[in-house]
Amino acid sequence: MKNIKQSLAVSLWFIFLTFPLMVVKVNTSDQLVQWRWMNILWIGLATFVLSFVWRYALARKEARQMAAQSGQDEQDKPSRIQALLEDQSLRYKAMIALLIFALAFPWVFDTYQSTIMISALIYVVLGLGLNITVGLAGLLDLGYVAFFAVGAYSYALLNHHFGLGFWTILPVGGILSCLFGVILGFPILRLRGDYLAIVTLGFGMIIKVVLENWSDFSFGPSGIANIDKPGLFGLKMDIAASTTYIYYIMIGLVVLTIIVTARLKNSRIGRAWIALREDEIACVAMGIDMARTKLSAYALGAFWAGMVGVMFAAKTTFINPASFTFMESAIILSIVVLGGMGSILGVILGAMILILLPEYLRAFSEYRMIIFGAAMVVMMIFRPQGIISNVRQKYEFKGLKEKSENV
Amino acid sequence: MSDTTKRTLLEVKGLTMDFGGLRAVDSIDLTVSEGEIAALIGPNGAGKTTFFNCVTGIYTPTDGDILIHPKDKPTRRVNGSKPNMVTTLGMARTFQNIRLFPDMTVLENVMIGRHCRTKTGLTGAILRGKAARKEEQEIVESSYTLLEKVGLGEFANEYSKNLPYGAQRRLEIARAMATEPFLLLLDEPAAGMNPQETADLDALICRIRDVEKIAILLIEHDMKLVMNISDTIHVMEYGKKIATGTPQQIKDNPKVIEAYLGEETEA
Repeated sequence: MKNIKQSLAVSLWFIFLTFPLMVVKVNTSDQLVQWRWMNILWIGLATFVLSFVWRYALARKEARQMAAQSGQDEQDKPSRIQALLEDQSLRYKAMIALLIFALAFPWVFDTYQSTIMISALIYVVLGLGLNITVGLAGLLDLGYVAFFAVGAYSYALLNHHFGLGFWTILPVGGILSCLFGVILGFPILRLRGDYLAIVTLGFGMIIKVVLENWSDFSFGPSGIANIDKPGLFGLKMDIAASTTYIYYIMIGLVVLTIIVTARLKNSRIGRAWIALREDEIACVAMGIDMARTKLSAYALGAFWAGMVGVMFAAKTTFINPASFTFMESAIILSIVVLGGMGSILGVILGAMILILLPEYLRAFSEYRMIIFGAAMVVMMIFRPQGIISNVRQKYEFKGLKEKSENV
Repeated sequence: MSDTTKRTLLEVKGLTMDFGGLRAVDSIDLTVSEGEIAALIGPNGAGKTTFFNCVTGIYTPTDGDILIHPKDKPTRRVNGSKPNMVTTLGMARTFQNIRLFPDMTVLENVMIGRHCRTKTGLTGAILRGKAARKEEQEIVESSYTLLEKVGLGEFANEYSKNLPYGAQRRLEIARAMATEPFLLLLDEPAAGMNPQETADLDALICRIRDVEKIAILLIEHDMKLVMNISDTIHVMEYGKKIATGTPQQIKDNPKVIEAYLGEETEA
């Protein structure tokens, strides 16, 4: 009841505010004033509904928080989605179904769809890479796109000057950008929080400015064209075939990334990263070498960006510095934050949503940024942990219990 | 050192720490021997935690020597060593304000402690070969055993932030023990505990000394606990050490009474 009253007040206030704009229309040529009373109704109704839903959602969130505080057991009770995710048999079935769908995709849909899907997959790998640095190790990186650029340019330049092929450069690009990760990592070992973010932001800018202005090296803003597409034993392929081929390479890369990050996450190294994120001083006091842990997080995060950068250059066959703006870094970071920091499935979903939705909602392309921003705000209020929050592995102690029973 | 007396594990000589013009710790001498529970007490702001931070490598002391004598290993001077080096050498600590890893499970918190005693690298973690799997299993089992020792076995898969306060303190001790230390430094382990929890802690600390053979240096304000379990007590005031002795000697020391309660006439 209180909610209805308040929502009513809000809608009245909005009616009053928008009255001169939405209702009164002065037709200067005919010296007439039009009164568009219908608009009032629409505005009133829309603001009322919006405000009511908003209030209802907030109240529910607060109620849940209160419940969590009063009873310890209620806290962090796994949601229905989480329970589904932990069901092993279902998980394998879903994974197989997903893999079959992914493999059949280019045969079911046309080349245009495949191209969109390739770029989405590129962002999936980028998201998973950044997830290591930001999600697991907690090192905020606002210049991640720089590593992407390093990979892309290493392929473009080595291909242009020396004619080296895609498969040779794929690991080389990864390793080169790994090196850049370490180079960036060294000076910022001591920084954290805001300062770290500023330096990484600067690093991203530097790479872009260098690429734009060092024309002898990078051909400046005009970029590099005619980069070779990935080859398959010298086979000639038309556009559709090569798109399909790239699509499959991309699927392979995504699967590889998922396997590697999933294994790292629950390993000795992954635990050290998470400990570093949780509490730096305690982490160091427990005997973890901070410098090595941080550097490895940067290097590995950068490695995937480099690999997928090579992929990007091979796919578009043309790159220039305009592809590597801060906007890209921001989008990749949003993928990680929106999807759920540290959660692999969450990041994949986040990438799909953030990259595919704008493609399919071309009709709303003018409002893209507004929707994007609003979605972020709503997300941060109602689900700050991301779409799918990170769940730590549970260990079983059957062996131990049996042992103690036997004794 | 003769065989009849216990071996010295930690030897601090003339330790001094300045923060700008403020001398927080002023030429402190202190030793901890094998199988000993030593307590460091003193009024608030006496420099006890600063002393801890110097010994564990979080601060680099201005002056003095910190020598450790691990069993079967050469003596080492650890001034200015990084905290992780100090822990690897065999001195593990807990914190005054609990510093657990809140978003990790209880078991994983202890598993972090095993980090410096294990060595699976990146490639090992990615390929997950036989050696890596075996080591991982070893980490899980030894961590779980430690959890059972401090009575937290049933909470192994809970998030550590959801544990009750007293349990969090015990978990921090378990985590420090996972690094296989010869000396455990506890910074106010009983702070904020109720009498029952303090009694449990009392028993736990004695068990660590007697069963695990780990020496303990602790900072504590709970005098009952300190008097109960300590073998030696060191008293600090304004950065200086004013007394050392057994609990009985400390109890009767006029300087200590003065430091805690003011002039004797007022007390």
